[in-house]
Amino acid sequence: MTKNINVPMNEKEKEELTAGDYVYLTGTIYTARDAAHKRMQEALEKGEKLPIDIVNQIIYYMGPSPAREGKVIGSAGPTTAGRMDKYTPGLLDMGLGGMIGKGKRTQAVMDAIVKNGSVYFAAVGGAGALLSKSIVKSEVVAYDDLGTEAIRKLEVENFPVIVVADSKGNCLYK
Amino acid sequence: MREINVNEITNSVSSMCIEVNHVLSNDMCLALDNACNSEKSELGKQILNQLKENLIIAKEEMIPICQDTGMAVVFLEIGQDVHFVGGNLEDAVNEGIRKGYTEGYLRKSVVDDPIIRNNTKDNTPAVIHYSVVPGDKVKITISPKGFGSENMSKVYMLKPADGIEGVKNAILSAVKDAGPNACPPMVIGVGIGGTFEKCALMAKHALTRKTGEHSDIPYVKELEEEMLDKINALGIGPAGLGGSVTAMAINIETYPTHIAGLPVAVNICCHVNRHIERVI
Ligand code: SF4
Repeated sequence: MTKNINVPMNEKEKEELTAGDYVYLTGTIYTARDAAHKRMQEALEKGEKLPIDIVNQIIYYMGPSPAREGKVIGSAGPTTAGRMDKYTPGLLDMGLGGMIGKGKRTQAVMDAIVKNGSVYFAAVGGAGALLSKSIVKSEVVAYDDLGTEAIRKLEVENFPVIVVADSKGNCLYK
Repeated sequence: MREINVNEITNSVSSMCIEVNHVLSNDMCLALDNACNSEKSELGKQILNQLKENLIIAKEEMIPICQDTGMAVVFLEIGQDVHFVGGNLEDAVNEGIRKGYTEGYLRKSVVDDPIIRNNTKDNTPAVIHYSVVPGDKVKITISPKGFGSENMSKVYMLKPADGIEGVKNAILSAVKDAGPNACPPMVIGVGIGGTFEKCALMAKHALTRKTGEHSDIPYVKELEEEMLDKINALGIGPAGLGGSVTAMAINIETYPTHIAGLPVAVNICCHVNRHIERVI
């Protein structure tokens, strides 16, 4: 089923998503990949607050190439989600709304998605030029020193993703 | 004896890095067209069409095909009658990487130490493989390697008794494990024989062979054809979401080996299998 959804989503919209749905996202999402996750984890361990409020938000596992002059962003496709698996269940328990990436997740992540009524989307890996066209605004909001791995706030319009894992425990990858 | 100024190497490496990350080679574009025509799943076809559109946008708007513009792997085949002047060859290659990745708006994805992990901010150093060959020319081959697929690559130290069936199982199990993580449809480079490091190097080098070309050795060519069918029968499909095209090519290189061994390396590459050559 093809759907157009505004992000962040409400509970009902999340519940209605089913593995296999083709979804166009419009609204705000955040980027974070390996180094940003590591830093967020370290902050939590020290009892500090995260640099962004992740409750109900979507994290896109992505580190873009640099933007040319006058452009919003460079190439901007998903990175492999599995490398974030170590950190993900904790973030979902804290209220993270969903994730966009590519590739398999551990059972612990799949269980946390069901438990928290969350969702895991895939964007097509290696289509970074195409995907960049759906990003209309990009702003570094934390960990600027990490370069491509900094946390960015993105405004997206009709950003194409596919529901891989839904809150009912369905998963598209065999 | 022919003198070559290393500046020429720097300039070539720089422009090659920019070109290879924005324009996919003809053999790979053709392979993607073929994939599109033969894919049976509707969603698979839709994804392959997106990949084709992605290539057009990348080329026309100079946006890298993929944001992971890779760690640069450079093969240098140096004619034995060449004498380099004007500086150190390795520095010249890295200067070319620095220049290309900076001026070309390519992502800097290299960290200075595998444990301490500070980004070098210019994508250096490259991984450089040198070989000395007859003649007075220098052939530069660059293949930026993305790590979504690199991370799924494997080396197996099989026993001679495992034979060709063992090799087939090794290839299939590596591809199965890679699944959606390696951005299928993939290109698979395989090295069989040699030593631990030799088979890995052959697997990497095999990825630079044009897709659609086969090994000159009859049984290896047959193996390539058989394994491509077997891989596509796995059903992983484009983006790992199911379908009949899981790989577009499998390129195998072989080398003599020890009486006690049968090393096999499987280097997995994604559909953005970038390779570019230039002869100076
Ligand atoms: S595996 Fe290839 S296509 Fe996928 S993100 Fe990495 S470089 Fe890009």
